[in-house]
Amino acid sequence: MSVPELPGGLTGNEPEQASPKHRAGALSRLLHNPLGLISLIVLVILILLALFTPLLTHHSPIYASLNHVNAPVGTPDWPLGGDQYGRDIWSRVLTSIQVSLISAVIGASVGIVVGAVFGLIAGYVGRHTDAIASWVFNLLMTFPALVLVMLLYPVMGSTYQGMMLIFGLFLAPGIFRLVRNLVQAVRNELYVDAARVSGLSNWRILSRHVLYVVRGPIVISGVFLASSAIGVQAGLAFLGFGSTQTPSFGSMTNDAFANIYTAPLQIVWPALFLALLNASLILLGNAYRDALAAPQSKARKPAVPDEQAETETVATPANKTQGGLLSVRNLRVSYPMPDGGRKLVVSGLSLDVSAGEIVGLVGESGSGKTQTAFSILGLLPKEAQISADCLSLAGDPLIGKGAGLMRKLRQGVMSYVPQEPMANLDPAFTIGSQLKESLRKTVSRREAHYMIVSLLERVGIPDPEAMMKQYPHQISGGMAQRVLIAAAVMSRPKLLIADEPTTALDVTLQAEILDLLRELQGELGMGVLLVTHNFGVVADLCDRVVVMKEGELIEEGPVREIFHHPAMDYTKELVSAILDEETVRPDPPAVVSSSRQEGFW
Amino acid sequence: MLTFILKRIGSGLVLIFIVTAITFFLTFGVGIPVAQNILGPSASADAIANLEAQLGIDRPIMEQYFSWLIGVFHGDLGISYFTREPVVNALITRLPVTMSIVLLSCLITLAISVVLGVASAARGGWLDKALQGIATFSYVFPAIILGIVLVYVFAIALRWVPAIGFVPISKSVSGWFASVVLPAVVLSIGGIASLAAQLRGSMIDELNSEYVRSLRARGVSEISILLKHTLRNAASPALTTFSLAFISMFGASLFVEKIFALPGFGTYGYTATIQGDLPAMLGVSLFSVGLVVVVNLAVDLANGWLNPKVRVR
Repeated sequence: MSVPELPGGLTGNEPEQASPKHRAGALSRLLHNPLGLISLIVLVILILLALFTPLLTHHSPIYASLNHVNAPVGTPDWPLGGDQYGRDIWSRVLTSIQVSLISAVIGASVGIVVGAVFGLIAGYVGRHTDAIASWVFNLLMTFPALVLVMLLYPVMGSTYQGMMLIFGLFLAPGIFRLVRNLVQAVRNELYVDAARVSGLSNWRILSRHVLYVVRGPIVISGVFLASSAIGVQAGLAFLGFGSTQTPSFGSMTNDAFANIYTAPLQIVWPALFLALLNASLILLGNAYRDALAAPQSKARKPAVPDEQAETETVATPANKTQGGLLSVRNLRVSYPMPDGGRKLVVSGLSLDVSAGEIVGLVGESGSGKTQTAFSILGLLPKEAQISADCLSLAGDPLIGKGAGLMRKLRQGVMSYVPQEPMANLDPAFTIGSQLKESLRKTVSRREAHYMIVSLLERVGIPDPEAMMKQYPHQISGGMAQRVLIAAAVMSRPKLLIADEPTTALDVTLQAEILDLLRELQGELGMGVLLVTHNFGVVADLCDRVVVMKEGELIEEGPVREIFHHPAMDYTKELVSAILDEETVRPDPPAVVSSSRQEGFW
Repeated sequence: MLTFILKRIGSGLVLIFIVTAITFFLTFGVGIPVAQNILGPSASADAIANLEAQLGIDRPIMEQYFSWLIGVFHGDLGISYFTREPVVNALITRLPVTMSIVLLSCLITLAISVVLGVASAARGGWLDKALQGIATFSYVFPAIILGIVLVYVFAIALRWVPAIGFVPISKSVSGWFASVVLPAVVLSIGGIASLAAQLRGSMIDELNSEYVRSLRARGVSEISILLKHTLRNAASPALTTFSLAFISMFGASLFVEKIFALPGFGTYGYTATIQGDLPAMLGVSLFSVGLVVVVNLAVDLANGWLNPKVRVR
């Protein structure tokens, strides 16, 4: 409860960019949010109570009247009654609100000023200054703050204000990180734009820019800092720190607690007003955050698809099967848009892959080819809506299939090779353990081990035993892609979907990986759907090609035909693009397959 | 890994050194009239000088500091000015109390945060709301209020647990549990609020990552993806939050001990501070930072175990 974590989304890694119009809107949205409006009103009332205390009570909070010991609520002139010493509870509540507000202001402003100033300096100057400041603030974060605040009580003049000054220092690291990260981000942008900017000094742009961006997050975290300062002050006063002349919620709580058997109601007043104060602060902060974030992004959504076919599927009546291995007719994939409409990313695509055939699915990024691949695999995000007249694998309709059955298919008849090999291995587990998990569990451990070793050997990994003990960060991208290919063909699938399998690799490796895919395809007689933007890869590997643009099929046919006589301008562009790259190789060199091992197959 | 651990121990010692030095020099600088406080306002100048010589507080500041520092290396934290009890003994009798409630609240925090964080990352809906509710609740009701409400309900009204006092675990396990469960629950609320939210966030990030899609593409079950793969990867950032939450819980334990009249560090530190009992204050400071350092080290080790990138290096 001492050093609060900043509320979600405010860690500085994801600054809330706010345009001027947007920010003005935020304030009005805040006032239109009932919870935000109520919190604001309550907070203002509490502040007014603290400011006008002398007008609202006739007693000093420490005046003890023997006639009013434990006086009940509603006693004339003692609206909330008297405590065990006959002091006016209402007057003590008012003073406590003052003390809490002062604590909140001191704690939060020290935290914000110290954190923001050093954050600006560290982020702007960088290098050693940044390293030292970051080290100091990280260290500060690991201090047992409350113990130090307590022990340094005599040092700070034995006052609660002094304690809050020190506590404020311990609130600074969160703000420091926030501001520092934002400044770094802005500074990096400035370097890019530096040429365009004239007249203003870097420092001025920076402080304008940064102060602008950082205002919202700082207001929000300031509210949380204020609330924890209030809580800590109350706790310390409860322990006994602070002057007996100045009541506060902590000392009131302490008195009421001592009196709890005689007058249990007395605990309600400090608790109630303390909670009101905190609640109004926190809910106001939350409402402000929502108001700032509202138009752009919703909160991060849970990402696990449900067991019951989460992806909305619209089974069209004609979900009938066609010949061939994979058959897709009139596939449509759409995503919801913020305005309530839907964006169609694949519209009416049809394609076929026969057993043993390699089909290239070509198009530039954003043309919907990856969406098509994930539709077939059943791996679209849950927001996606998918429909088709026919989407079937080996005569088995895929649309409307439950998640469990789709998983069975992915374990067996279809598989996937991704684009970024390094990002597609779980960093926390060894290669061996990841491969073993993907193996269907019908074999003994020794058998599984042997199978994986021979499989890794087959995909061209020199020392499979050693490879199995490696973690993903210890191997190269090329090796990682071989591992992923091994994982994909482990179940001897009928259909392999490879999504840009060579794009992320070094040019020298690309040919080897393509050769490996070709060989495996031949050995297993798989149908392959090869998603790529590169016509060179298509020319190298594919039998037929399907060209996509903006979600639609624009041309398809045998590779040779399309290559030499592209009908569409778009296809012509794609084809001519490779001539610059010289990716068409004269002859495939024999690489891995020379030492064909008996083993997995 | 070994050099990593040694490095962390080294920076832990630096932290202990800095914090105790701050406590010593700043407190000393205030010039608390300790002997006067002990003997009362009517004591003669002679008596005060005598006592000061006896306590060794008439010596120069550096001499006192180094004699304290040397004592630390011999396991001697000095003698309380007021009670004349060796500080080490006093702290060691109080350690089990504070540790009991802090460690129990760590367990509660971890267990509930993992369940809530994972479930709300996977399912969302009302679980997200519940998480936000806990976070708001932990801010709205500070530890002292929550503690008193729990005492009133469970100890005074329902009489399920004793309202005050500590039972050592060696005496009676159930008695021990009854005496520390309420304070531990009070401390856990704040910990759960921050840890569960962090875990939910990093679980969602992991679930959206490419390797998870690849695992799904290979037909690995959702349960395994959730509990084996993503939880393990999400645990690293969550552990950092946990060590910060521990520091907060330890701090809040100072207040909570008083509600339940538990003889832990909180009341000892309060008395020492009010009296200006420097050896006792330094002892509290040293033990507290030491505890934080030990927990941080444990977190680092756990992180090394979970995260091969740290381990293998």
